[in-house]
Amino acid sequence: MQRELKFQREANPEWARQVSERPGGEGVFSCLQCGACSGTCPLSIYMDFGPRRIIALVREGFRKDALSSQTIWLCASCYSCTVHCPRQIHITDIMYGLKREAIQERLYPRRFAVPILAQEFCAMVRRNGRSSEFWLVLRMALRSNPFILFGMMRTGWDLLRTGRLSLRRERIRDVSALPRQEVA
Amino acid sequence: MPAAYGYFPGCSLKGTGVAYEESLLTLFRLLELPLAELDDWNCCGATSYMSIDERSAFQLSARNFALAHKANHRDLIAPCSACYLVLRKTQDYVERYPQTGREIAASMGNGSLKVFQSVRVRHPLEVLYTDVGPGEIRKRMVRPWRGGRVACYYGCQMVRPYGEADRDHDPTRMDELLAAVEAPTVPFSLKTKCCGGSLTGTTHEVGVRLNYILLKEAARKGAQAIATACPLCQYNLDAYQHEIRRATGERLEMPILYFTQILGWALGGDRAALGFQRAISGRREIAQWFPKSPAGKRAEKEAYV
Repeated sequence: MQRELKFQREANPEWARQVSERPGGEGVFSCLQCGACSGTCPLSIYMDFGPRRIIALVREGFRKDALSSQTIWLCASCYSCTVHCPRQIHITDIMYGLKREAIQERLYPRRFAVPILAQEFCAMVRRNGRSSEFWLVLRMALRSNPFILFGMMRTGWDLLRTGRLSLRRERIRDVSALPRQEVA
Repeated sequence: MPAAYGYFPGCSLKGTGVAYEESLLTLFRLLELPLAELDDWNCCGATSYMSIDERSAFQLSARNFALAHKANHRDLIAPCSACYLVLRKTQDYVERYPQTGREIAASMGNGSLKVFQSVRVRHPLEVLYTDVGPGEIRKRMVRPWRGGRVACYYGCQMVRPYGEADRDHDPTRMDELLAAVEAPTVPFSLKTKCCGGSLTGTTHEVGVRLNYILLKEAARKGAQAIATACPLCQYNLDAYQHEIRRATGERLEMPILYFTQILGWALGGDRAALGFQRAISGRREIAQWFPKSPAGKRAEKEAYV
């Protein structure tokens, strides 16, 4: 990866403060940059920035870099960083906050399947109260890259013959009690 | 008769993780512990919902808590690690931010934090370990173990950071329960390393590689099977072994079992009622270790819908 020189004028300290004021973001300025998070993260080797560098970007206020990174979408929410952090920073929750902001601002990488899955999952649960795995995967594939469906055929067949692939659309009875969308 | 445990299955246990539900219900029946499924429960929101809308994500949990509260469940068993974590995280959140908690509760028609606090969310591993205990399970064992060595894989979300199912990075309760039914376990240093969750569906190569590392390490430690306690871990480890073999050329094939299947078998559960026929990988080993009985064959036909 190409290293970039960052300049103070690109930074947005106001945004850093906002992140630190969100629930879970409290500890961001106390980060030691020790790297325990990136060391324990099972996915850091696939990320453009590891969690340590994401925290560094956040507290310096490099908003766009943090929000458009692949890192936040590769985070599988295993909370390993959170329990390892010597400052008890809720890194996973900070990642969630960045994901939400990236979705709102449409800064996520295009056609990247993770945010698409999140959106489709959320829409499905909003409508029906439950997720139906088969339909969810289908919708995700159609919106990101339909060709991945070919690669899934063998697994789909395995699930079908073992009785693990349900084609039912799950739905709760009392859908009116589900939370509604607040922001458009 | 003790009060029934509330049971929150979650979406996976009705789909790809159906063997987990089958074996859990069978095991609890064998232990004479009543389970009552939460009526009209909704999805916990898992990791995806939280990535879109935090408030609604907590409202989803609030509805489940309200249902459990109404049904008078003091304990709510959530076998899926994601459900377990999300429900407990919600409780932790409303405790740390009571004002937001009250707002969330109010938006769901009840402005009191009691709704969240009256229920204890529990993982079956912890219930079986503390409420039943390895000693009692050993006493009830009717079948000796005929299988191979097992690596106990706890996965990530069950043990961190809101859980009380076991210790963060060195959980041992599954090993102890399996030892109680004489299933030999191997030390497994990756036992809480993440399986990637939904990444096998989204960034496939990355997700499969994480599982390759887990399988390879388990095999290196001498394990012939892996025991899991989460539907997503089981699915990820089970469903992509053929791809891993093709990509690496290594002979890695092992059964991925639920710990409830192993315990249920030791306690005399029926093969089909424990969902062994749902396995994708290691079917030959499973057929050897958990053989069909003549009576079981008939039952299997009936149970297999």
